[in-house]
Amino acid sequence: MTDSTRDEPDVQRADPRMLILDTSIKVLFPSILVLAVYFLFAGHNRPGGGFVGGLMVGAALALRYVSGGAEAVRTTFRLPAHVLLGTGLFIAAATAFVPLLFGESILEHGDIEFDLPVFHHVKVTSALPFDVGVAIVVIGLILMAFAAFGDERSDQPGAEDDGSDNQRAKLWVRR
Amino acid sequence: MFVILVIHLVLGIGIIGAGRLLGRMAFLVAAVAPLVTVAWALTQTGAVLDGEPVSESYTWVAGLDLNIDLRFDAFSLVMVTLVSGIGLLICLYSLGYFTSDEPGLARLAGVLTLFAGAMLGVVFADHLIALFIFWELTSVTSYLLIGNDDKNPRARAAALQAIFITGAGGLVLLAGLIMIGQTAGTYQISALLADPPSGTVVNVALILVLIGAFTKSAQAPFSSWLPAAMVAPTPVSAYLHSATMVKAGVYLVARLAPVFAMQGNWRLVVLSVGAITMVIGGLRALRQNDLKLLLAYGTVSQLGFMMLLFGAGEYHIAEAGVVLILAHAAFKAALFMVVGIVDHGTGTRDIRSLHGFDKSWRPVQIVALISAASMAGIPPLFGFVGKEKALDGYLEHGDFVGTTVLLVAIVVASMLTFAYSARFVLGMFGVFGSPDRDVISRSAQTPSASFLAPAGLLAVATVVFGLAPGLLNRLVEAATVALYPGSHPKALHLWAGFNEALLLSAVVIAGGVVLTLLRTQVALAQRRGSEAIRFLPTADQSVLGILRAISATARRVTATVQNGSLPIYIAIILLTLTMVPLTGFARDLDEFPQFIETPAHAAFVALIIAAALGASIVRHRIAAALMLGAVGYSMAGLYVTQGAPDLALTQFSIETLSTVLFVLVLRFLPRSWRHHAPAIAAPMRIAVSAAVGVAIFVFALSASGARSQVSGPQMSDVMVENSLPKGKGHNVVNVILVDFRGWDTLGEVTVLLVAAAGAVSLARAGRRRNDTEAPVFEEIVDDEADTSQTSAVSR
Repeated sequence: MTDSTRDEPDVQRADPRMLILDTSIKVLFPSILVLAVYFLFAGHNRPGGGFVGGLMVGAALALRYVSGGAEAVRTTFRLPAHVLLGTGLFIAAATAFVPLLFGESILEHGDIEFDLPVFHHVKVTSALPFDVGVAIVVIGLILMAFAAFGDERSDQPGAEDDGSDNQRAKLWVRR
Repeated sequence: MFVILVIHLVLGIGIIGAGRLLGRMAFLVAAVAPLVTVAWALTQTGAVLDGEPVSESYTWVAGLDLNIDLRFDAFSLVMVTLVSGIGLLICLYSLGYFTSDEPGLARLAGVLTLFAGAMLGVVFADHLIALFIFWELTSVTSYLLIGNDDKNPRARAAALQAIFITGAGGLVLLAGLIMIGQTAGTYQISALLADPPSGTVVNVALILVLIGAFTKSAQAPFSSWLPAAMVAPTPVSAYLHSATMVKAGVYLVARLAPVFAMQGNWRLVVLSVGAITMVIGGLRALRQNDLKLLLAYGTVSQLGFMMLLFGAGEYHIAEAGVVLILAHAAFKAALFMVVGIVDHGTGTRDIRSLHGFDKSWRPVQIVALISAASMAGIPPLFGFVGKEKALDGYLEHGDFVGTTVLLVAIVVASMLTFAYSARFVLGMFGVFGSPDRDVISRSAQTPSASFLAPAGLLAVATVVFGLAPGLLNRLVEAATVALYPGSHPKALHLWAGFNEALLLSAVVIAGGVVLTLLRTQVALAQRRGSEAIRFLPTADQSVLGILRAISATARRVTATVQNGSLPIYIAIILLTLTMVPLTGFARDLDEFPQFIETPAHAAFVALIIAAALGASIVRHRIAAALMLGAVGYSMAGLYVTQGAPDLALTQFSIETLSTVLFVLVLRFLPRSWRHHAPAIAAPMRIAVSAAVGVAIFVFALSASGARSQVSGPQMSDVMVENSLPKGKGHNVVNVILVDFRGWDTLGEVTVLLVAAAGAVSLARAGRRRNDTEAPVFEEIVDDEADTSQTSAVSR
């Protein structure tokens, strides 16, 4: 396989298949996010949960990466990855330790039930913020991985390898 | 007592924290700690001298019988006088010694305070482990103080050497203390001494304890670190390396000797090592031109003397030891201070450069003369009282094997002590000054009165307690009784009448005078002697050799164990992980469950096997990553057929992401594997894989088998039942994750965070190439090699 485009920035690559991919991703990305939010909130009673919700967002980010490269991933979330990681862990840990303040044991969960116009009867347990924290950590982790390894900069390790081995961008898309 | 230790800790950290704000005044703040200690000790003196020790006990780790037991008796009082009394004077002396712009001054003052606290801990401790911890803390603080001038490679090397020797000795000591504690069934020192254990284990343990004490108190052959430590500022040398820390080993021997001297080889070891150290230290001191090194070797010699006195386990002799400890602290601290003053005023400590002091230096010379005369054992000074007592003790009460030899050693070493004391004094009066050297002393700045005052005070004490030793009768007697309950020590006298001890003292002084008068011939003989044994390694060379050997061995072991081959690492990790528990699990296997429940199982398993085989066969990395992804997706399918949608969902998302991430990383690697020289041959790799596969298979089987063997309610049933009422959720998997096993989830989330940080650091580390590398141990060792050549440490 010859690589005629390896010195151009990927975002501008004129590849016929990318058009379809880009368009599908535009539709898919928000849908996946909604699905992820559903998994996150439904998790306590149906399949889903914080891990799955976070991973879904991660999968959506992977799609963004495929179409737009590291830059697209970076602009999706304004917050830096390490802020997300810290916030997530803080929320999860705080949820775990708050019951101590009320004399309960760690990670003891309570719940509130109320009625909302569209959602009708809603039951929220304190497990939800815990799950949200977990989801945010997972998202942060994935963002960080993209930031660390997704860059196209030439000063990356191994970038000066033997040319035939150095298929730098999106090799796997075209295979 | 505990409060006093805490005061030292808080004050020390506070001073370090205050940094440059305090300047020189840091020592004034530091003086508060010894002042408080002395005041407290004075309030306790009455009871303690009457033989009623003060005790405190704080539970530390109850389950391990670890307590902070503290005890304050009359012997502790003697030591506290040293630690806090001398400490107070050192703080005042440091005010004159340092200027405010000295780098690291606050750290020096702070660590000095921390050291004083640790040393008090050693003296107060009534629990073997607590004693050990304080003991090690003194080693660590001593390390920091020697190396305080961290820009000076010699200081760093000396600090390293000191902590290397005392630290190694500390570990040996710990082993000995544990053996004693386990045999006795108690770690409390007072209980241990009241009911001493015995037997072979104890005899071995005692040798270990003695080795620890020898390293700390710079006994032969572990003495090389003490002269090297003289690169530290003089207040530190005067305090740690003459008055206090180096006496910790002596202190321990003094505490244990009363009950253990008669056991095993205690006496043989302590007394021979003490005698050899005393003589060698004296010989070496006589050869020094640097006043401070002369004092350092003199300290080594005197420490050997103290070992002889306390190690014998005979209370008349130990009483002499108590006197000598006090006398030595007074004269040696004063002499160190004098050296510091000379160094400060002239910029040199070399006796060949010192001459022509003007009259304003007379007080300094007089303090030096009095203190050195006390060291030499000249009446009517404090040192003479101690030496008389020691000679008398050995003459009258030395009823064990080898007394005569030891007596000869003491007399010979005392002659040497006289000779090097004289050398010190003659040096101070400029006798060795040679005309071809720059005469710096003439232009030397006269020390201020407050700078000399601490040394002067000690010199006064030397004279007063020499003329009227009766003043100390009660303290010395109570301290001896504290060590040897029920003993009746003799009172102290300057003049005890004509007896053999006085005769020996006269012999010592006569011999010393002869050695001094014939000093040129003596020096020549010594040089010839040292040339004759040049083929033997010096103590410094031995230490260096040991350090080199350790680092060479470490390098060889690392090269073997960490050979850098990832396949070998993975093979070792996997084999250990699987083979070790495999034997245990395999025994539990009795029957196989039904493997295939629906046709879909067979299909998915076939997919998994095919993809796994494919992953190991294909030559392209990307293809292999996709194959692994296929394995994961098929696993997810398997979960669906088993009715585990949560697992399937998670597995599915994870596979997607890990495949993408795989590709991200693989971009940077060559496209395909090229096995020029595989670290492990193919059959070997296949064998490892097969072994791991079989092991995991067995684990899975026995794990599911174990669940059904448990009697009582099934864990899984309990969780399903409690999911709604207790976890408030219908999805039991999620309830387990966030509630029943919420701790695990919290831990896992934390691990994720750490892993993310690690991955990013690794990725960034690859981009940062030209950073300066951390110093390698070998360089430090080489530093030390330079030092041993320049530090004038001769044989």
